[in-house]
Amino acid sequence: MTEAIPAIELDGVVKEYLSHGETVQAVKGVSLAIGEGEFFSLLGPSGCGKTTTMRMIAGFEEPTKGVVKLLGQDVTDVPPNKRDINMVFQSYALFPHMNVWENVAFGLRRRKVAEAEIKQRVGEILEIVDLTGREKRRPREMSGGQQQRVALARALVNRPRALLLDEPLGALDLKLRQLMQIELKRIQREVGITFVYVTHDQNEALTMSDRIAVMNDGLVEQLAGPREIYERPATKFVAGFIGTSNLLSGTVDSINGSAAVVRLGAEDRILVAGPSAAGETVDLTVRPEKITISTEQPEGELSVVRGTVNEVVYLGTYNSYAVGLADGAEIMVFQQNANDSSVTAERGDTVWLSWQPQHSYAL
Amino acid sequence: MGRRAPYWLALPGWLWLGIFLVVPIAAMASVSLTTGNLIEGFAQTLSVSNYSDAIAKYSTQLVRSLVYGGVATLLMLLLGYPVAYWIAFKGGSRKSMYLFLLLLPFFVSFVLRTISWGFLLADDGILFGTLKGWGVLPTDFHVLATTVAVIGGLVYNFLPFMILPIYVALERVDPRVIEAAYDLYASRFDAFRRVVLPLSLPGVFAGVLMTFVPATADPVNAAVLGGTGNTMIGNIIQTEYLVNSNYPTASALSFTLMAVLLIGIFIYARTLGTDNVLEAAAR
Repeated sequence: MTEAIPAIELDGVVKEYLSHGETVQAVKGVSLAIGEGEFFSLLGPSGCGKTTTMRMIAGFEEPTKGVVKLLGQDVTDVPPNKRDINMVFQSYALFPHMNVWENVAFGLRRRKVAEAEIKQRVGEILEIVDLTGREKRRPREMSGGQQQRVALARALVNRPRALLLDEPLGALDLKLRQLMQIELKRIQREVGITFVYVTHDQNEALTMSDRIAVMNDGLVEQLAGPREIYERPATKFVAGFIGTSNLLSGTVDSINGSAAVVRLGAEDRILVAGPSAAGETVDLTVRPEKITISTEQPEGELSVVRGTVNEVVYLGTYNSYAVGLADGAEIMVFQQNANDSSVTAERGDTVWLSWQPQHSYAL
Repeated sequence: MGRRAPYWLALPGWLWLGIFLVVPIAAMASVSLTTGNLIEGFAQTLSVSNYSDAIAKYSTQLVRSLVYGGVATLLMLLLGYPVAYWIAFKGGSRKSMYLFLLLLPFFVSFVLRTISWGFLLADDGILFGTLKGWGVLPTDFHVLATTVAVIGGLVYNFLPFMILPIYVALERVDPRVIEAAYDLYASRFDAFRRVVLPLSLPGVFAGVLMTFVPATADPVNAAVLGGTGNTMIGNIIQTEYLVNSNYPTASALSFTLMAVLLIGIFIYARTLGTDNVLEAAAR
């Protein structure tokens, strides 16, 4: 993917709206490149600008500033019906007056594809999305999951350069959503088309994406693969938004090689990756599942803090502990229920929390 | 009460329909088959010839009414659809104000409004009188007492009934569905023809019904704005009832008009019915 032309490229894209006489920036300067065949997610809370960004790629919104390129060609001023890109809408937006077959054939007919070829391609795509035999159904006669697949087929049948998906699984229940996640990934592999996936669901993004752009307040906070986003959140926002994170704040005591010794409260000293200057105040993060909880002080090259159990919650696959530190901060700890569901400590017990130094780092 | 409660609650509605629709229609049906006159009284003779005589005598007015009603409906559709479209899609936050403006004329009585048009369109009235004075129009120019005036009056009076149902139908069209059409390579025209228009057809259907029926049967516009050559069937029925007291003929004409309209609507629903048009639009 080194020298290949990206399927989609955004360069300094800004979108401003006029709302009640005031200019509001929905997107404040986004630049990114999405490779061909990539499963790319725009992840963020509602109002972060992810949908606006996608709509600018689709051509429904014109950027106030910046350039949108498809396969190296500037399409900033090209209307959506002239862009070789298709979209799966949040509410599917199927044509309610047409049956499944007519919905799927719509794009091909507008492009004046020969009727025989339309027949063949619609048949093929309906097979891929497992809707063969339901050609004559109207959208309202179908379940949410089926409508979702019609929407997917209607877009994919045109063999677009890229497929944009706007929270396509939002309306489905949890079970079906998980099933469709796997299904989407399978279809994407099968057709080999670039997918741009907009979602506020971090699990969905982490499960399916090759790369994720985490957006907040109109800007991309971090752009990386799912593992890196999770393991090494670049900002406080990303750490807080993706999964559960413990955000701590301490002072750098000394630098010890590549790690810094950070003082938390009065007595705890921990090792933190990412060097800083001594005396500096740092925000750092550690994931709850990286922490081991024990009733005795552990040995070895670990970061260790002492605290009191405030709360123990049994959550099926794991136990969750809320442990209060001497300085008032609270740390969440997840303990896998590997052997039996018995808990290590009860409310009010004094415990030691320990983790590998590389699992906490400054933000 | 229990599970039957809904039926009991519907009772006032059924009573209303029974007393104010079924009973008068039955009475009128009975009258339409009588013979006689106001002085000697009417006797029930089951005389079907009332119908054939009335139709033979007034077929001109009957056909004229259907033509006027049809032309007026067509004009209302051509005028009303763009207005409804504009309010639904471009109205923004002012939609309710535009709808209010649309309904504003209803605050003045129907007859009064029609008479006002009579003043406005009068040969030497404020509009044409002034224009004739300026020499813009020839002195023998007139609109009043012509077909144009009658059809124009019908269009003016019933236009909101065409706009409102179309507006409601357009308003219900999901904007995302229109975007989906653009996304699937449809031009503006294609998106309108293949998606917006078919989805608004139920509104067009309702609008046509709500305007064609009253416009065809309307006596006021022809009486106020038309001349002797523009008499519509509504005027004849009115005259037969109120002036000539020829109740059998008036009733027979009313039934004939009702039958013609019902048959017309039935044919319209079957041939231009929503389902057929939707099928065609999908291709």
